[in-house]
Amino acid sequence: MARIVAFLTRTRAGKGRMDWTDWVTYGYLLFGIVLMFGPVAWLLLSSFKTGAELERFPPRLLPVAQDTLVVESYDEPLPLFKMIAGDQEGRTLAQIRRVGLIAQMVDPAEPETRLKVNVADREPIERIAFAWNNYTDLFERLNFPLYLWNSTAITLTATAIMLVINSMAAFALSKYKFRGKLTVLALVIGTLMVPGTVLLVPTFLLVSQFGMVNTLWGVIIPGAATPTGVFLLRQYMITIPDEILDAARMDSASEWKIFWRIIIPLSAPAIAVLAILAIMWRWNDFLWPLIVLSENDKFTLQLALNSFQGEFLTDWEKLLPATVLTLLPVAIVFMFLQKYIATGIASTGGK
Amino acid sequence: MLKLLNPIMRLVEIPFLLVQKRLGIGMTAWLFLAPNLALFSLFTFLPIILNFSYATTGGEAILLRDRPDVGFQNFGNLLECENVLDPSSCRNDLFWRAVWNTVWFVVFQVGIMVIAALATAIVLNRKIRARGLFRGVFFFPVLLSPVVVALIWKWILQRNGLLNAGLESLGFETINWLIERHWAFFWSTFISIWAHMGFYTLILLAGLQAIPQDVYEAALMDRASPWRCFRRITLPLLSPTLLVVLVLALIKGVQTFDEIYAFTGGGPGSATTLIMQFIYETGFGVQPRLLGVAAAAAIMLAMVLIFLTALQFWINRKKVDG
Repeated sequence: MARIVAFLTRTRAGKGRMDWTDWVTYGYLLFGIVLMFGPVAWLLLSSFKTGAELERFPPRLLPVAQDTLVVESYDEPLPLFKMIAGDQEGRTLAQIRRVGLIAQMVDPAEPETRLKVNVADREPIERIAFAWNNYTDLFERLNFPLYLWNSTAITLTATAIMLVINSMAAFALSKYKFRGKLTVLALVIGTLMVPGTVLLVPTFLLVSQFGMVNTLWGVIIPGAATPTGVFLLRQYMITIPDEILDAARMDSASEWKIFWRIIIPLSAPAIAVLAILAIMWRWNDFLWPLIVLSENDKFTLQLALNSFQGEFLTDWEKLLPATVLTLLPVAIVFMFLQKYIATGIASTGGK
Repeated sequence: MLKLLNPIMRLVEIPFLLVQKRLGIGMTAWLFLAPNLALFSLFTFLPIILNFSYATTGGEAILLRDRPDVGFQNFGNLLECENVLDPSSCRNDLFWRAVWNTVWFVVFQVGIMVIAALATAIVLNRKIRARGLFRGVFFFPVLLSPVVVALIWKWILQRNGLLNAGLESLGFETINWLIERHWAFFWSTFISIWAHMGFYTLILLAGLQAIPQDVYEAALMDRASPWRCFRRITLPLLSPTLLVVLVLALIKGVQTFDEIYAFTGGGPGSATTLIMQFIYETGFGVQPRLLGVAAAAAIMLAMVLIFLTALQFWINRKKVDG
């Protein structure tokens, strides 16, 4: 036993035992896991619960559902109970209906005889069951696939446009000397200082002038020319040696070929980082779509989620699985690309 | 996959070849800049100018030519106040409530978040097992969308939620967290810290890793206590990074909208209405749409943000020079 403790408390440096600072450290980390992952885990577990189970207070940890059985001459499956007291003690009965404290029950083996029992004498037969139909309902009965499509279309199109025009601009600003270059650079830096959030009113006018209100293009276009993206790519392209470009020009490659065949492949790491960031920004975007899109069938997932929660009554049964599906792509991307996302966000200042 | 793009690329190449042959290589640079610059001018430069046009015109029309000139009335609408500290004495009381809510929100959110991020970064910088995993744990919420963050916590804090169940099992009274104004404000600040702390932790962690280890080894030789090491080495050497984090968090904090709007909708009453929500609701949310007032408020917000950003640039410069 002492050996196990010694093994578990050895420090990484190999010398000495854990002192109090190590205990504080691991205590803090444990607290961190519970605080950061706990709420997400609770959301995930809750999203598999049936409506009745969601209303239960206090809630139970795992999703539980009551067993049901189809009994002859009854259309609906009947909930099953085990009798724990009274005349019928020990029998398994199905409930037909309940009136106050008395329930009408039937034995599945002899469906002709109805029994009246006290509700205090019975106990529901339950087992752990995941209510997958919470999820399938989203697709079958709600507009969820439409919102999913809107979000995906906006995210992919906007990211593609942004990558192409930002990398073209970054190329011009990193590899050419031309008159007016400093002015353009200064303007780009200047706009870094004015966040889009304070330009809502006039940007909305422009979008409505172009007839893009309530269209996905109205969400995609205004944010496509981000100064952040141009900067990130420019800083990377500057490090590509000019000799490569000169050699290509010797071989009489056109400027576009140099950009497409040499600069883009060589900048792939930076472009990948920007792509991940752009996808995340667009997928999570809320305020601008909220202003541009007012018709329900144009909603993105984020807008739809927000509109699912009513002012007085919130339908958690559909809201919870919808929330899980909205965070799922982000979680998957995060698991595989954690390192790139972290460095990317740290280097751009998070937009 | 990329081969499929070849025909398109050949088509795109044509204008570039033309410009290159006729006008020289220098002009192709402009061609490369053109699409980005066009969208930039249209949706960033032009709106900056138009913002002033909106702020000085009234009415509900969207088109500028339909809007009567009102001078500085929109600013007057917002600023007319007997006592700035008491929103009820102001002509536009919601604006001042939002201003003061934002001030308090930013003070608590940024203050607590930077301290928590610093503590987390220090813990993550120690010799611990599975550091990558733990770093990921604290960073994860940064990627969640604001609406998802709001809903996750709303589900925990709702009347029959997990937190109330925990309180009841411990023998406390349950609380209607988002209906009581002070609690609603507390939780709004809390979820905002929860969602954004990981980002600042990451920057501070990078700052900590840049501190040379031999300084600590020398201190260890002199039997300095961990607290003394923190006060005398970590804090002074980290202060430039800490300052950047502080200003960055301020800039973002002032613009907070999404998660709070989805979380409380600004309520109860106007207890958690922040300045961005005021701008959104004045201009787009409720009838009549007072675009001029919204633009005026946006300009005032922009001035605060430009001041903060200039501060950030200045600190960055000093950091490089020093």
